[in-house]
Amino acid sequence: MTEYFNEMFEGREVRPPYAGLDGWMREMPAQLRAMKQAEAEALFRRIGITFAVYGEGGDPDRLIPFDMFPRVFTQKEWRRLERGIKQRARALNAFLNDVYGRGEIVRAGRIPARLVYQNAAYERAVAGFVPPRGIYSHIVGVDLVRTGPDQFFVLEDNCRTPSGVSYMLENREIMMRMFPKLFRENRIEPVDGYPEALRRTLASVAPAKCESEPSIAILTPGHFNSAYYEHSFLADLMGVELVEGADLFVEGGFCWMRTTEGPKKLDVIYRRIDDAFLDPLCFRPDSMLGVPGLMDVYRSGGVTICSAPGAGVADDKAIYTFVPEMVRFYLGEEPLLENVPTWQCAKPDDLKYVLDHLPELVVKEVHGSGGYGMLVGPKATREQIETFRIKIEDNPHNYIAQPTLALSTTPTFVEEGVAPRHVDLRPYCLVGEKIELVPGGLTRVALTEGSLVVNSSQGGGVKDTWVLAE
Amino acid sequence: MILTVNHVTTYGYGEPMGTAVQSLRLFPSRFEGQRVIDWQVSVEGGVRGGAFRDGAGDRVEGWSIRPPVEEVAITVSGQVETFDTSGVLRGHRESVHPMAYLRETVATWIDDALADLGAEAVAGASDELDRAHRLSRAVAEAIAYRPGATHAHTTAAEALAQGEGVCQDHAHALIAAARSVDLPARYVSGYLFASEDGSPHEAAHAWAEIWVKPVGWIGFDPANRCCPDERYIRLGSGLDAREAAPVRGVTQGAGEERMKVTVALHEVQQ
Repeated sequence: MTEYFNEMFEGREVRPPYAGLDGWMREMPAQLRAMKQAEAEALFRRIGITFAVYGEGGDPDRLIPFDMFPRVFTQKEWRRLERGIKQRARALNAFLNDVYGRGEIVRAGRIPARLVYQNAAYERAVAGFVPPRGIYSHIVGVDLVRTGPDQFFVLEDNCRTPSGVSYMLENREIMMRMFPKLFRENRIEPVDGYPEALRRTLASVAPAKCESEPSIAILTPGHFNSAYYEHSFLADLMGVELVEGADLFVEGGFCWMRTTEGPKKLDVIYRRIDDAFLDPLCFRPDSMLGVPGLMDVYRSGGVTICSAPGAGVADDKAIYTFVPEMVRFYLGEEPLLENVPTWQCAKPDDLKYVLDHLPELVVKEVHGSGGYGMLVGPKATREQIETFRIKIEDNPHNYIAQPTLALSTTPTFVEEGVAPRHVDLRPYCLVGEKIELVPGGLTRVALTEGSLVVNSSQGGGVKDTWVLAE
Repeated sequence: MILTVNHVTTYGYGEPMGTAVQSLRLFPSRFEGQRVIDWQVSVEGGVRGGAFRDGAGDRVEGWSIRPPVEEVAITVSGQVETFDTSGVLRGHRESVHPMAYLRETVATWIDDALADLGAEAVAGASDELDRAHRLSRAVAEAIAYRPGATHAHTTAAEALAQGEGVCQDHAHALIAAARSVDLPARYVSGYLFASEDGSPHEAAHAWAEIWVKPVGWIGFDPANRCCPDERYIRLGSGLDAREAAPVRGVTQGAGEERMKVTVALHEVQQ
């Protein structure tokens, strides 16, 4: 049987970061707990933070389950992660700058040309264009898992528009409201500086043509999008406009926002829509979500789009394997965070290994996300494995495989009391004039006993994530 | 050769429309095969927007027209001195990796027939240049020039199945066939000066370029069974006709769009 690292207990001993939670957990009567849980749910409903789950039917405004038991890191643990994440964010941006420029990493033979230039996420339309400060991915969400006291692995990078940061902020807000005493007794690093840090980051990449205080907006596909709440929440906290494509137009080399007082020039757009929908004149001609002519304005330096169109080529699952190589190539450093060993089904030897070991592996689609279309070998039935085998054989290029990691657990409130459940972590790294992280992130928890899939679309929940001050 | 160009594109609508926005690729490429003497692009009643040279070396200009829009008229006039480079795009500055031109699009989708045509054409070829020439010849033989046989959205596979088409279909088919044998290929839009020899032609023209090692990009015009020479003016390129279109635009509103194009090329006698 696999041994899982429990972040709170080492045998019967409580590990130091959780010392402040042991008494809290033991002293909480079941009745109070139920009351608090109901209170938390009511608070989430009131503020309207819900998450639509694709393809599952049911209530589209279903709450993402919130677990009140915090996940804790010491300052020392966090510092180490922070250094590793910043290093990765720098390398990913250097890679993007390179492959839309001279492509040195390809010329040097460190990454196969095909993987880059024939990648569906490689945007030919922005080759040769350098965005302000050479930054392509302004918000890098790095998904991490832990397998031991000092063992962390990067599961994937999210260079386009990683979502979930509103949960990081709301989880903290609600915990502080419900358990003020906990926050007096423990010295916890604040996360509420995130919106201002994000605003600063966006302002720092305003185009050179912008001569005054940059005007910023969040571009959303609209209220039917599953992350619409987050778009409006962030716009609100940053004090910037929330706009849809129809609110914007281009003229004279700039992008303008329609307002009741007439058109207002926009300098930076934090877009939460995919490249394909940004501009029907450049990408999908049938798209109604974007702004016709926006890419011409962008490429002539009239507006900055965050993340930069084309940033997705860096977070593709096939490119992922090469991120440690990017760290060495661009930064001349050794990677501080490890990758999960990955088999590329496109390679015949790897494919053979994967097909021979399906019951042990996790198999994912190269372009998939959200935990859809994946196989968790050890948890799958023989029938599910055989169905997946056919899918892989039909289109090996579409799949990668990784060993099933022994994800750490943290105590989680369950029906019967408190029990260990598997967790991951997504911190949000901001890349602008400075590279910064707020101390924290989104901890996702697999609420089903034994489950290793933490995605909210697959029944995962969220927790408040603490970084203890020294 | 010195060629003068007068090119007017007009979009008419049955009713007043909202804003019109356009992205124009209507500027002669900079390479050893052509030198611009004079070149003007204007959009009647329009506001000039962002302008830049993209990674493929094309100059792109954005334009917009405020509502109400009843007609959009884009006028190009200019004079270009051209030189025969045997189709080679020599001295052209661009930064897109050739491999980015192996990607398929809807219009250049490779079906079995195109893959077969590609494989048969290159069998026994001595080198890449020979492969490219053989492909161009095979496409010219497989698709007869017949105006009106196809429409703007006809794909390479459809044109090949039909066995007839116009320059756009020839270019699409050649691009698909070249990519099927792993040769990067792209669509080029431009002008062709029609001489009096009776060969098929359209003044607004399109052809294909194939990446041939070690030379670089070389143009092939299956419709005229040749490589572009001093009768050609190159404007822009893309993965297919839609991407390389000299005019891409959106006009808001429900009115039906009618497009009219007139192109006149003349040789200036020296």
